[in-house]
Amino acid sequence: MHTDLSETVIVFVSFFRNALLERDVAKVGCSLPGARKTGTTICGVVYKDGVVLGADTRATEGMVVADKNCSKIHYISPNVYCCGAGTAADTEMTTQLISSNLELHSLSTNRLPRVATACRMLKQMLFRYQGYIGAALVLGGVDCNGPHLYSIYPHGSTDKLPYVTMGSGSLAAMAVFEDRYKPDMEEEDAKRLVRDAIAAGIFNDLGSGSNIDLCVITKGKVDYLRPHDEANKKGVRTGDYKYKSGTTGVLSKLVIPLQLELMEESVQTMDTS
Amino acid sequence: MNTRGLRSQLKDSVPVAGLCPQAGAYGVPDTLRRGFSSVKNELLPNHPLELSEKNFQLNQDKMNFTTLRNIQGLHAPLKLQMEYRAARQIQRLPFLPSSNLALDTLRGTDESIGFEDILNDPAQCELMGEPHIMTEYRLGVL
Repeated sequence: MHTDLSETVIVFVSFFRNALLERDVAKVGCSLPGARKTGTTICGVVYKDGVVLGADTRATEGMVVADKNCSKIHYISPNVYCCGAGTAADTEMTTQLISSNLELHSLSTNRLPRVATACRMLKQMLFRYQGYIGAALVLGGVDCNGPHLYSIYPHGSTDKLPYVTMGSGSLAAMAVFEDRYKPDMEEEDAKRLVRDAIAAGIFNDLGSGSNIDLCVITKGKVDYLRPHDEANKKGVRTGDYKYKSGTTGVLSKLVIPLQLELMEESVQTMDTS
Repeated sequence: MNTRGLRSQLKDSVPVAGLCPQAGAYGVPDTLRRGFSSVKNELLPNHPLELSEKNFQLNQDKMNFTTLRNIQGLHAPLKLQMEYRAARQIQRLPFLPSSNLALDTLRGTDESIGFEDILNDPAQCELMGEPHIMTEYRLGVL
């Protein structure tokens, strides 16, 4: 599927021009557009029968909320899902690329894909681009060896842990995890723990907000709960400034008809040629 | 600018004096994309990843062949390189993009998707070489 090119696929000439522009634009007084980031709280936890992944749903573009309900839990394969933090386009493209590759690989091996395979593919690709692809991921799933949870950093390092958090709200979420995590929890406890961790990120971090999405992966079943909890509902207006008709009483009425004379009548056909 | 290890950051081909170094389209210096001409611009790469990406496939092949040589002996990479050379010669007419199917199958990249399949697809290129001139050049008639 690849072609033997003598030049690179990714051409770096524009990078130089952008660097020049960045230096000069500051003198003029404008600013270059920034990439849309997800400024996020994502987390995952391994419980008795599988893995629970959680994410908030706010996407920011600088200091403005770009998307109030974006989906940060991406599909990788029927038994593996991945939450993404960092630059939104990078996480989106990376997860889609790895999902396609994993599908081809599983067709070739004729087996359900493993979480470790997805993790290895992701880390090799991210390391190849030396951190310039800004994708911090929480990868979780259940395969033939049981439930697994990985956190993958933009430069390509990975950690295999029972509970992980990533994103700008990761410290708030990790505080909740460190306090209440127990090994081999039940499903309801695990869902409540993840929901509380994401809520901590939403309420204490400006980069995270809106709703909480959950994804519960067990052997043979995936529950994609979107939204699981609407933590920040838009307020409903309690009052109304419109006056009902008849509020002002009518004291007197005077009607003056306007006399108009027909002066000239002409027809102009439209030019429909 | 970090001058340590500068040798490794230099491009592997230095432009010959007399030819326009910052040439874009039409052969004149492309100021919009490359800025004003300077020696630093010619020698240093535009982006830290530029050199590693340009040589990525070569380095992968070298690594694979070395591993294969260490495991199976010299004959294995030699035979494979002969097959690669043969597969690389299967091309379409000079102005048309080739699928390189045999080469992909040998490399094992027919079962994976990368950025080279999505971005900068030569089949979608807006420019095309002049067919008659290119075929005549290839045949040596020009």
